[in-house]
Amino acid sequence: MSELHGTRWRSRIGGLVLVLVALTLPLVLSDFWLQTGLFVMATAIGAVGLTLLVGVAGQLSLGHAAFAAIGAYVYAWSTGESTTTVSGAGLPPLAGLVLAAVVSALVGAAFSPVAGRLRGIYLGLATLGLVFIVRHLLVNLDQWTGGFTGRSVESFALGGFSFSNSDPDYLAVAGVEFEGLHRLWYLFLVLALVACWLAGNLRSGRTGRAWANVRDSETAAAAMGIGVARAKASVFVVSSAYAGLAGAMLALAYGRVAPDVFSLTASVDFLVMIVLGGLGSVGGAVVGALFVTALPLVLAEYSGSLPFLAAPGSGGLDPSTASRIVYGLAIIAVLLFLRGGLAGAARRLRHRSSRSSPPAGPAPHDPISTDDVGRPAAVTPSRSKETTR
Amino acid sequence: MSYFLEQVLNGLSYGLVLSLIAAGFAIVFTSTGVLNFAHGSVVLLGAYLVAVLHDTIGFWPALLVAMAGAAVAGVLINALLVRHLADKNAGTAAILMLGVDIVLLTELTRRIGNQVLTLGAPWGASVVRFGDVSLPTGRVVAAGVTVVAFAGLWYLFSRTDLGVGMRAAAADGPTASLMGIRLSRTAATGWALAGVLAAVAGVFLTSFPAPGVAPTVALSAFAAIPAWVLGGFDSVPGAVVGGLVIGLTSALVTGYESDLEQFVGTGFGEVAPYVVMIVVLLVRPSGLLGSKEAVRV
Repeated sequence: MSELHGTRWRSRIGGLVLVLVALTLPLVLSDFWLQTGLFVMATAIGAVGLTLLVGVAGQLSLGHAAFAAIGAYVYAWSTGESTTTVSGAGLPPLAGLVLAAVVSALVGAAFSPVAGRLRGIYLGLATLGLVFIVRHLLVNLDQWTGGFTGRSVESFALGGFSFSNSDPDYLAVAGVEFEGLHRLWYLFLVLALVACWLAGNLRSGRTGRAWANVRDSETAAAAMGIGVARAKASVFVVSSAYAGLAGAMLALAYGRVAPDVFSLTASVDFLVMIVLGGLGSVGGAVVGALFVTALPLVLAEYSGSLPFLAAPGSGGLDPSTASRIVYGLAIIAVLLFLRGGLAGAARRLRHRSSRSSPPAGPAPHDPISTDDVGRPAAVTPSRSKETTR
Repeated sequence: MSYFLEQVLNGLSYGLVLSLIAAGFAIVFTSTGVLNFAHGSVVLLGAYLVAVLHDTIGFWPALLVAMAGAAVAGVLINALLVRHLADKNAGTAAILMLGVDIVLLTELTRRIGNQVLTLGAPWGASVVRFGDVSLPTGRVVAAGVTVVAFAGLWYLFSRTDLGVGMRAAAADGPTASLMGIRLSRTAATGWALAGVLAAVAGVFLTSFPAPGVAPTVALSAFAAIPAWVLGGFDSVPGAVVGGLVIGLTSALVTGYESDLEQFVGTGFGEVAPYVVMIVVLLVRPSGLLGSKEAVRV
């Protein structure tokens, strides 16, 4: 018992240190790193939503980018002013942010006749269609979306305080001028923390157990009184809301929305993030987002000083190609060699170190298997070892 | 009327090409239970090999090499990756194939670059006329080849030991294994067959009226996924039906775009297959000809 508390405290202190670091980073980082951080936090929220759907509930989705697109455009439309080319509702930004998540969730709910009925890869196929359908709508409903070229996005503001470079024009903390990027950093940090905390609670609570049960065996779940279709539809709605919020944040970070940002590639990228991090793990999804989102940006930024990279278009190995190959290979490597992704590896490491310390108490872990898709916990060797109580 | 007929013939011939790809999805799925998201890249690989080799060794030898190359690629993906998955289930296998697709597609895209490679196909950009209806020769050849290919598949699956063994393995792997069928061999055959079909489809997908071999071909091969789903996940005849329906749908929607535009917007031809697919999944989750999944408790 004492050890369980010890580990929990250790992980809490670790989390607190990370948050403190994240709070102080804007004081030292350059604009490029701040921008990268914004993208990472936005995609992390999307990845956390997807890991609930794919990792916890075992439902494959290739349509995550479609819901992110809905969130982004709902935010852009609802906060934007009407011009001659595009319309807008001119709502306050906070309402736009809430609306982005809500509308995405509603579209997810509207998809529930499909999402509740299909399972696993079949849902993956159905959601594949969503990406193309949403893209088609974005291009064609140009009085709302701005068509191919997209539309610009109003910056976020809260009660007269704008998260942009102006209004207040000059704001400094500890001698560092806080511009739009710095201000957005804190907004995104709060949103990301709340989203992760909520997802962690959902996962380990009654709802999450029901989802995991549906993943392991629909028949068993139904026999225990879980409404299978309802559970599948509900996890789809939750993950859509996460995607919508992530989309709105991406729109804020870019300052512009365009259909090409939310292509099938973006959906696949979300999947890559959660597989690398470890399916079902909230922390893993964040780490995966950090890797997948930051890698191409960082490689592009420093391509001049990396000898193996060529400038884009010169026929050599350009940064985006290099990073795509790296994370394509990474996904293969993780699935072949690293059960449970990075989170699984970290857990095994912790497990090993706690085993070696003399009073070998019960392993600190919730009893629901969340690192493997579609396998009952009992037959997975690494899990059954950890859950002996 | 002749315009309508032309669109129908176009759609049917395009649909037959799609059904080649869809059959590849179905064969891989039945023989190893894998949703092969890398299939589009294999299609591109086949077309790419033909485009690169036809100058030096001629079109037909290049096609043979491409078929062999795509088959080997499929067999290797299965033997080196799919069989060694840490967690073997449909979900992780599908994500693994997405990873393979990323690597293969990125590498091919890098090699092709911004150019559009020509195939050097003997039919070139010629057109066959039936009365006042004209059809690209490549499409006519495609239709003929597809019919032959499916006749071959029918023969394989109903008349040869290997094919019957594959069906047995798909129906019940462990039992088939006990009866002396080598599952590793049936799986390899399935992946190789899918590769061969993909290479052939790749050639037809990139010859006239398509401009040539470009990375977008992998994405148009994705249009075969609705065809596969529509026909049924485990059904090769279903792939033909699905391919024809999807081919016809997208050809008619594209052909009559100017009339439909005010209702569905421009470019709906690319989206229509997916709309059809979602509707089918809603009404008949196992497709038109697919076998229903039974739940044993």
